[in-house]
Amino acid sequence: MSHHRIVITGIGLTASNGNTLEEYRSNLLNKVSTIQNIETRFMGTVHAGVCDFDPLKYQKKKAVRIGTRAGSIGIYCANEAIENSGIDWENQDKSRVGVYVGTTEHGNVETENEIYNISQYDYDIRFWSHHHNPRTVANNPAGEITINLSITGPHYAIGAACAAGNAGVIQACQMLQLDEVDFALGGGVSESIHTFGIFAAFKSQNALAQHEDPTKASRPFDMERNGIVVSEGGCLYTLERLEDAQARGAEILAEVAGWAMNSDATDYVLPNPERQAQCMRAAMKRARMDPSGIQILNTHATSTKQGDIQECDAINEVFGKSDSTYINNTKSYIGHSMGAAGALELAGNLPSFLDKMVHPTINVDELDPQCNVGKLVIGEPVELDCVDAIFNNSFGMLGINSSLVVTRFQD
Amino acid sequence: MTRDDIQSIVLNIIAEIAPDEDLSDVAPNVRLRDQLDLDSMDFLDIVMELRKQHGIEVPESDYQELASLDSCANYLEPKFAALQGSN
Repeated sequence: MSHHRIVITGIGLTASNGNTLEEYRSNLLNKVSTIQNIETRFMGTVHAGVCDFDPLKYQKKKAVRIGTRAGSIGIYCANEAIENSGIDWENQDKSRVGVYVGTTEHGNVETENEIYNISQYDYDIRFWSHHHNPRTVANNPAGEITINLSITGPHYAIGAACAAGNAGVIQACQMLQLDEVDFALGGGVSESIHTFGIFAAFKSQNALAQHEDPTKASRPFDMERNGIVVSEGGCLYTLERLEDAQARGAEILAEVAGWAMNSDATDYVLPNPERQAQCMRAAMKRARMDPSGIQILNTHATSTKQGDIQECDAINEVFGKSDSTYINNTKSYIGHSMGAAGALELAGNLPSFLDKMVHPTINVDELDPQCNVGKLVIGEPVELDCVDAIFNNSFGMLGINSSLVVTRFQD
Repeated sequence: MTRDDIQSIVLNIIAEIAPDEDLSDVAPNVRLRDQLDLDSMDFLDIVMELRKQHGIEVPESDYQELASLDSCANYLEPKFAALQGSN
């Protein structure tokens, strides 16, 4: 079976520190975190990454009211990505467009809201909204995108915990290779800051970040790290087969050269470095590359005590002998954007193909010696001679691992 | 409560559930769906808001009574009067 080469031709994103790739990238290179304190139901003040894109740029007020925050984030990212791709959208065959949106979870926000709503009416279910089901079906964020953009090809959400952003990209690549679609939107979204349950569960797990300065709360690899900062966000790519992108004269931003997903099969929460390493090797094998060919590795590290160490163990095992691989982390700026994380963090590094800069990991005041992995870029950006390949890790609960290899396009 | 009051209540609810609509010139004797972008889900929202905001129940068999502002006033006037009488 022949395998088409798959390329990225457009990027649409929203993060807590940027609503365009340019703004986001600038803030990463300038070490700007915008994590803030918000008030959340039952929890009081928590740290969170909050996006400030304008949903009305692409939606009517009624659509925002009826839909979900995840849907709005997806719609914003999808429209921005299509615009960025330069495709003649009006004349595109919408039945050959696929939408593959990764989500860590969906429906918690809407269910909590409805339960809170009926609690104001003595739990009388006559006050439960008829909008609940379309808001909470698992395909909601992807489906809202198809309605907004009149896409009649396949759509679904991919539940893959915090590996979901990568999983959305991978699914898009696979569907393009199978000729199921001609044009794909792939990536991930997160609305998780609007559900108190996510915060409460991390707190019960002793894994919710706390710091007097919210911009310093997400601090992977630092000795004082104490947990996750939950964030909302989204990132969708337009992906195409290379020959299709070239035929329409598209600007090719990168090639998805390799990927892998696997399962730990060991624990509900605790990661498994052995399986993570296997996942990384499998992605490299598919890309026909070895660690020495990777210039930038984006870590999944979420700022938890154990998780960061275990990922570093896995990276050391796979990349330990590579002198050419620089390692960074994006959650130190934007927190953990859950289902969006993989796709959004990849986007933060993609401009490196052009500017050759590696944005640093911030908030490392005292490096945990157990996280002293390879060429970890801390505090200040590093300029390289050339960036040809980026490696993007994203892992999640129930032991789901994903790795992407994305390369600078060379014909 | 006057018929005008009732029509204002309905229009205020529509303003919440269909915020993109221009409600400055809604004809009271014309079906709401013929002059506004409203669907069946929106009418369920109107029914829900009448319940939430005013304690008024509209059974499914009576939904057609909410077709226009005039029919709303006809249908809801005795219901609001009954509510006021019970207070």
